[in-house]
Amino acid sequence: MALDIATVRRVAALCRIRVSDTDLSTMEAELNEILHWVEQLTELDTDDVLPMTRVVDVDLPMRDDVVSDGDCADKILVNAPASAQGFFSVPKVIE
Amino acid sequence: MTEELTDLTISEALLGLESGDFSARELVEAHISAMERAKALNLFITETAEMALASSDMCDSRRRKSKAGVLDGIPIVVKDLFATENIVTTAGSKMLERYVPPYESTVTKKLWSSGAVMLGKANLDEFAMGSSNETSFFGPVENPWRSNEGDYQFVPGGSSGGSAGAVSARVAMGATGTDTGGSIRQPASFCGVVGLKPTYGRCSRWGIIAFASSLDQAGPITRTVRDAAIMLGVMAGYDSKDSTSVNLPVPDYTGALTGDIRGLRIGIPAEYGLEGLSNEINALWKKGIEWLKEAGAITVPVELPHTHYALPAYYIVAPAEASSNLARYDGVRYGLRVEGDSVQDMYEKTRTEGFGAEVRRRIMIGTYVLSAGYYDAYYLKAQKVRTLIKQDFTNVFSSVDALITPTAPTAAFRFGERSNDPISMYQNDVFTVPASLAGLPGISVPVGLTSGGLPLGLQIIGKPFDEESVLKIADAIEALAEFSSRPQTWWLDKSDNGSPTV
Repeated sequence: MALDIATVRRVAALCRIRVSDTDLSTMEAELNEILHWVEQLTELDTDDVLPMTRVVDVDLPMRDDVVSDGDCADKILVNAPASAQGFFSVPKVIE
Repeated sequence: MTEELTDLTISEALLGLESGDFSARELVEAHISAMERAKALNLFITETAEMALASSDMCDSRRRKSKAGVLDGIPIVVKDLFATENIVTTAGSKMLERYVPPYESTVTKKLWSSGAVMLGKANLDEFAMGSSNETSFFGPVENPWRSNEGDYQFVPGGSSGGSAGAVSARVAMGATGTDTGGSIRQPASFCGVVGLKPTYGRCSRWGIIAFASSLDQAGPITRTVRDAAIMLGVMAGYDSKDSTSVNLPVPDYTGALTGDIRGLRIGIPAEYGLEGLSNEINALWKKGIEWLKEAGAITVPVELPHTHYALPAYYIVAPAEASSNLARYDGVRYGLRVEGDSVQDMYEKTRTEGFGAEVRRRIMIGTYVLSAGYYDAYYLKAQKVRTLIKQDFTNVFSSVDALITPTAPTAAFRFGERSNDPISMYQNDVFTVPASLAGLPGISVPVGLTSGGLPLGLQIIGKPFDEESVLKIADAIEALAEFSSRPQTWWLDKSDNGSPTV
């Protein structure tokens, strides 16, 4: 399953990373090299194997569905690049 | 006196503090002086000397009132991946260059409650993605060790390179690290120190900047196995804020260090005898096996047939989880923002400028393997292979108590030697990744030097939550290896010259 330039472009768009036209072919080659290398996994028959969902055999803990934290908008906003009136602010999204 | 203080182990220093041979302030001052003289190593992203001095006075006052904690007065460094309240926490990334957490990670909170003193935040590979420290936005750490074969500079390993380097250079008595695929054990091996990755779930991940959440685990880096046991006892424990931390009692780890490993069965996995593994590493591994026999353990050849597939599975699972975890860096809530014409434009500019090349590469791989049409072929396949790898370990642990392997396939390498070849860099994790995928505890103990004079470690892998056996066996090896070499202090008072010459 080799990646082509169009796929690299699509993946970059999906993860919101800009890849310049000049870097596209380098990225294509690098990603293909890595993907080719991981494809050795196809040598293994895993039809009857369950995928791992947790690495240690313990049940996830349950707790009461109650608020345990909050009232700290100032703390949450303290690192925001831009905020206003207790909210994060972003460039205009609706024309 | 100052030099003697920085040479002490944590357990020795605790005795000295308790018997009043020196004060916490003197101990911390000695380490601050060592830190100031080691700028050339680029160990720190942020130094917190003034805070450390203020804390040391409180340590002395607590000890006078017989209220000292387990690590009271011990100067340590914290990998800059742990959120520290009101102290900038960067993850080695431009993205978080100015991020000041409004909260404290659980592991560091436990350390401060026990009286440990923070000297600063240690340098690391960006978002812990790397095996050489070369991906840090703040420039690479240089390994305190140099070979006797020329004036070359070596990588400290990664991603906890600043942590391992600081402990090796006698700048700190201990350090926190995190290990996703080997990021504690491999730099410990490269820097000639002890590095312990506990079982997944043993330490809380709350407040540790996430890389791959099903693999990330915090652990100590120290100069002795006993010190690792002391630190782990403080760092471990259930935390309701991390639902994957495990609610098991934390044993007295130092109590496990009996020196008696008679009758323990220790497996030697055939698959770790890689073709092309250097003679030196093979010889050291054999020596380790002989030491175990000498100490009365029973060594048993075992097979972990899927070992070969661990690395490729890891390089699907880890980037996949990373791509998801790092989606949060979008210029909105915290971290860098690069303004754009639209929200979309702002996201893209922020992420392109904020992340370095290796992080972008892993996000791209992770996004691809999780994307529609490829999820089953890559991600699901890798998670199935992970099940097989875990089963391999479960099978052998029905007949052995632990395993012994080399920690890394090489000693420290030179800057730039692998940074242009991702797969060759990834191969350095070949012996550490399998235990990571299976969530198992593993420790690297320094045991010898290459002919070139660089340190090498051996790894002990244990059963889930059996850090006690891992520590016990590592302690026995440490005693027999009598590793007492230390790096020459060539770095003293050299200025920080930024990036090293290759």
